[in-house]
Amino acid sequence: MESRFRVLFLIALAVMLSGCAATKNLFGIGDDEAPPPSAEPPGQVIDPEVERRDIKEPAIDREDFEVGAFAGLMSIEDFGTDAVYGVKLAYHVTEGFFVEASVGQSEAGLTSFEQLSGSALLFDDRDLTYYNLNLGYNVLPGEVFVGEGRAYNTNFYLIAGLGSTNFADDDRFTVNFGAGFRFLLTDSISIHVDFRDHLFDSDILGREKVTHNLEGTVGVAVFF
Amino acid sequence: MSEPSTTTILSTSRSKLSVWCVCLVALLAFAPGHAEAADEVLRKVAVADPYLEMHTGPGRGYPIFHIVDRGEQVEILMQRTYWYQVRTERGIEGWVDQDQMELTLNPDGTAVEFRRATLEDFTNAKWEAGILAGDFGGANIVSLYGGYSINPHVSVELWGSQILGNFSNGWMGSVNVVHETWPDWRFSPFFTLGAGVIHTSPKSTIIQGDDRTDEVGHVGAGLRIYASRRFLFRVEYKSYVVFTSRDENEEVEEWKAGFAFFF
Repeated sequence: MESRFRVLFLIALAVMLSGCAATKNLFGIGDDEAPPPSAEPPGQVIDPEVERRDIKEPAIDREDFEVGAFAGLMSIEDFGTDAVYGVKLAYHVTEGFFVEASVGQSEAGLTSFEQLSGSALLFDDRDLTYYNLNLGYNVLPGEVFVGEGRAYNTNFYLIAGLGSTNFADDDRFTVNFGAGFRFLLTDSISIHVDFRDHLFDSDILGREKVTHNLEGTVGVAVFF
Repeated sequence: MSEPSTTTILSTSRSKLSVWCVCLVALLAFAPGHAEAADEVLRKVAVADPYLEMHTGPGRGYPIFHIVDRGEQVEILMQRTYWYQVRTERGIEGWVDQDQMELTLNPDGTAVEFRRATLEDFTNAKWEAGILAGDFGGANIVSLYGGYSINPHVSVELWGSQILGNFSNGWMGSVNVVHETWPDWRFSPFFTLGAGVIHTSPKSTIIQGDDRTDEVGHVGAGLRIYASRRFLFRVEYKSYVVFTSRDENEEVEEWKAGFAFFF
């Protein structure tokens, strides 16, 4: 039994060695056997190169940016609710994520103190302007159906970001978060319904506190 | 052939040329439909896989409503993120994922290649833009930046920041040079050096003082972290020296974190 194994082993070894001998040229151990240089004059060789048809592909239209305007109501804490309007620009990075920058303006109404006392205003410049830089995520992409034969694409998104609010002669660091609904009228035109809470510190009425300024807007945007 | 035409242009008076320009602009402005129709050459690809799935919208969740068979051609209308809106020979329009589009063929029979951002692009991308926020010597800071890579190791960045503090507000603009030692790492550390201007205005309700504009210089270090696709996270520390007009310079430390994307 053992001798049979020994024979098998020797045969295997012999086969392997002969294999090595055959392939040794591959590893450059063997003699250099370069093919002889072609003796034909260059004029007689048929040029195998076929001239390629160079097709320039038309560029694909990328529509990742979305620009739009919005209007709605903003409730400024202690200062009543007033109209708000603004513009925004979004860039869609993936089907889920988008970044957005928006600028808005509203006007402060009267505090109850100002109304009741009838005295001078707490401050003169009643405009509130804000900007913010946000990151949004389309959590619930979907479709809505209008009647029997129409379907529109929609997105329900969550959005949050940072920015600044200029109010009562002061810039205030502002955090905002909220949710929105994007209704795609066509593949390039969208209607937005947005709800946000803008939080900033305010000491206008004496003690410093975090104010919640709720905003609800409707907007139209165009992809480009 | 080219020489006579050159002469013609030269002999045309400038006013005549401008009239022609106005006419051309007017023609383009008033006939957008014609211009578009003439320009609209759409890219065509042929389906090479057994079929191409068309979704109703540019996203995974949108249902598949149509299938294009192998061999048929589709026109690409537009791209949004990683989805392509295509039109079939029969005029049906739908959205196809990039993974499937990569299995189609160009009219000359070669495989279609649509580039998808990878770690390699993270290293080699030319442009980058991002938003960071954090702490600037006790005040809040919100920053926006745009950067251009001269090579994978060195880039130039332009920063704009708003500083919102308890006692004063302000803004700052600066130019940075950023050096990445290992740009091919997923967690890529960088060092930065820059200069700019800072404008501060004290809050009138709390402290009296004038607005100031000073020059600043800074050094810093941070980390760029490749997230996925074209996204990256970025954290950084910078130490600022504000060259005030007073006797002593001010030193401010800044910590920031945020996200950016490259393109």
